[in-house]
Amino acid sequence: MLKFIVKRLFWMIPSLFAVSFLAFVLIQLPPGDFVTTYIATLASSNEVVDQNTAAQLRERFGLDQPMLIQYLKWIWGILTRGDFGISFEWQQPVSGLIWERMALTLVLALVSLIATWALALPIGVYSAVKKYSIGDYAFTAFTFFGLSIPSFLLALVLMYVAAVEFGADVGGLFSPEYEMASWSLAKMYDLLTHLWLPVAILAISSTASLIRVMRANMLDELPKPYVTTARAKGLSEFRLLIKYPLRIALNPFISTIAWLLPNLISGSVVVAIVLNLPTAAPLLLQSLMAQDMYLAGAFVLLICALTLIGSLISDILLALVDPRIRLE
Amino acid sequence: MTDVLSIVPRPSIAAGKPLLEVKNLVTEFALRTGVFRAVDDLSFSIEPGKTLCVVGESGSGKSVTARSILQIVDSPGEIASGSILLHRPDGTSLDLAKLNPRSRAIRSVRGRDIAMIFQEPMSSLSPVHTVGDQITEVLRLHLNMSKAQARTEAISLLRQVEIPDPEKALDRYAFQYSGGMRQRAMIAMALACKPQLLIADEPTTALDVTTQAEILDLIKRLQQSTGMAVLFITHDMGVVAQIADDVLVMHHGVAKEYGPVEQIFHAPQDPYTRMLIGSVLKLEQKAEIRLARPPLDTTAEPILTIRNLSMHFGDMKALNDVSIALLPGETLGIVGESGSGKTTMGRSIMRLYDPTGGEMLYRRADGKVVDLAKLEGAELKAARRELRMVFQDPFGSLNPRMTVAQVIGEPLLVNGIARGKELDERVCHLMDQVGLDPAGRERYPHAFSGGQRQRIGIARAITLNPRIIVADEATSALDVSVRFQVLDLLMRLQDELGLAYIFISHDIGVIRYMCDRVGVMYRGKLVEVGEADKVCNAPDHPYTQALISAIPRPDPRDRDRSRRFRYTEPSQVKNGSTAG
Repeated sequence: MLKFIVKRLFWMIPSLFAVSFLAFVLIQLPPGDFVTTYIATLASSNEVVDQNTAAQLRERFGLDQPMLIQYLKWIWGILTRGDFGISFEWQQPVSGLIWERMALTLVLALVSLIATWALALPIGVYSAVKKYSIGDYAFTAFTFFGLSIPSFLLALVLMYVAAVEFGADVGGLFSPEYEMASWSLAKMYDLLTHLWLPVAILAISSTASLIRVMRANMLDELPKPYVTTARAKGLSEFRLLIKYPLRIALNPFISTIAWLLPNLISGSVVVAIVLNLPTAAPLLLQSLMAQDMYLAGAFVLLICALTLIGSLISDILLALVDPRIRLE
Repeated sequence: MTDVLSIVPRPSIAAGKPLLEVKNLVTEFALRTGVFRAVDDLSFSIEPGKTLCVVGESGSGKSVTARSILQIVDSPGEIASGSILLHRPDGTSLDLAKLNPRSRAIRSVRGRDIAMIFQEPMSSLSPVHTVGDQITEVLRLHLNMSKAQARTEAISLLRQVEIPDPEKALDRYAFQYSGGMRQRAMIAMALACKPQLLIADEPTTALDVTTQAEILDLIKRLQQSTGMAVLFITHDMGVVAQIADDVLVMHHGVAKEYGPVEQIFHAPQDPYTRMLIGSVLKLEQKAEIRLARPPLDTTAEPILTIRNLSMHFGDMKALNDVSIALLPGETLGIVGESGSGKTTMGRSIMRLYDPTGGEMLYRRADGKVVDLAKLEGAELKAARRELRMVFQDPFGSLNPRMTVAQVIGEPLLVNGIARGKELDERVCHLMDQVGLDPAGRERYPHAFSGGQRQRIGIARAITLNPRIIVADEATSALDVSVRFQVLDLLMRLQDELGLAYIFISHDIGVIRYMCDRVGVMYRGKLVEVGEADKVCNAPDHPYTQALISAIPRPDPRDRDRSRRFRYTEPSQVKNGSTAG
């Protein structure tokens, strides 16, 4: 097992290099660079930048060098100093920008994940056990609703209802007076009052799909002979469900951890923008649009690293949970 | 039977009172098309210490009967009427049919008074829990044992069912056990609370015949030492003859005949029972069609000569230096247990595998000899037209989205031999040949029964006028009454078309009925080749002797278990834990 983990970790190194290089190339592929975008932005406010200034800017940012050199410089900085570069747009270190947003991103993602699982797993099991009952039909209707409504539409509708009908302060995660304040109990409470709306929106669509997956997994396991064996032993229906089919039906969920981690960053972009949330996703989008390549590159690298770590974690967990994988 | 009678009934049970009385049981399944009655007005009783065999073909309702007793019929099935009276040793009686399937009362019966073992020992055990966990669970549930007590008890149970090294085996998982060991573990689990009744639902069907014999012996021994009753469900009349005290014959949910085993086998009253016994006894001798044939010309040049054929999968020698010849018009049987390499041999001959060594010399109709092991391209294609295959599973081997006409006609179409009206006519003719009504040719395979599907498979095999047909367990998925009809069809076609068969089977009865010569395989080697009569009745090799000795004889008067033995290779003695 330890050998397996070490081997996997070792293989992650070349993958990360390959991915970082690809990411770097991809970000540079669109015509122009940050300076052209910058000039265009200035031009829209009637400021004209001459060729000399542009060249100076390029030189200052190192954009006049060949791409390979730029990449090697960047990756060398990361490896030796943990320096991800300076964001052109924000004129701040990239790492600082990202970490600032990651805390709230994590809070939001974890809370909606817990809400999703807490709802979806029991409902999925119920739907499978009581297949074709009224309850199953009701939940099925809900899941189809949740799957078919785009989350930004749901966000808009819920924002409207919350703001107009209940007079709640929507958008963002804090009231204006707490935005810059340091952490206190009052600020925590303020966060909670703002958190429920994005959590509800994010949870509804993912709950819906998760219910379907759980129901299908359980329906696969319920008619298996080992369930009948357990029933013939005299176990109560509840204990039996928890111990046997549920345990095996959960395996596919463990595999989803692989894409759950990168989703922390890139997931729910649209909702975050609509609700004006200070999370990582809007920043990622903004950096890509501005061709702010060190910031975007750091994001892509982070997403890839999280994907690799996520699949490693899910593989280890699967091996721990399922002896068939561990021992064969 | 005397060994069973010697058991002293438990004193607490009133003399003459049966352990379980089933009266007018009706179990129904509410389907969209109406109510399907799986068990119809069934009555029987089981005495303590006795064995009742419920026998019937697929769809007879025997499994549903067993599950009804424990109220574990799969939804939407439920008991519609009737009673199932359990007379407990403390004198109380309980009508199981009246209990709610989820009630505490029925749960206290399950696993404690009545325990059950199932057909497929792999999937009947949880793949993610240790065997020990699953055994101790039932002990803790019904007997309120502590963890340590339950563990000690589970170890002694595993020892009782003769699992080697029980302390370690307890912490292993089901997939680390061989097929026979898994069924032993299932039995240990079922016997944990010393039930008065053990329901065994086809417990040996998925096992090899030598393993089956050991499991049957084990159940019998445990029954003698604990005095429990056994309700044994099977389709195998040989097993019935060996273990039953009483027999209940079921057909389409109805009891056809119910009586002592002696009566069922030697004085059957019901025509269905007679047919069932008749078709079993038929497989005890040579087929009538073969008796009427002139003797095979053994001097003819063989149509297929296999020399030193080997097929290795990594370190596994699935075929190890096999040499055998097939004469024109001959039926050559290949017999062996699971893992013996008999299927690999069939597939290598068809070149579904590329053999790792040896040659397969095939004599074509024009007298030219080619080596099938080395053929490539167009020549291989041409040879495959003359060598065809019939598969085991009549359900899996037909594409469910093709009509029967498409299935049968496909070889003609892909080889560019016939199309349009001519194709249609040839398909009709082929269906006639295999005894199917050509009017059904536009229907899909699901509309046909297992036997009919196997006929479709045979029609597909003879479409291109082959010279050799490899039949891999072609009848083992069929009910016994259908089995010999398909065998007779194969022999009739052999006469009409001059075919040579390689008939792969684990069933000695089928081999004896069908084959001229037999090769016996054991761990990739051909250990014996000879005339079918000789190999089936007086084999030379000790492995064949062991194999023959393990086959349950369909005669309750012939129950000598002492002649049975297990073959162990003389050079390397293994503990028999090969994959089941």
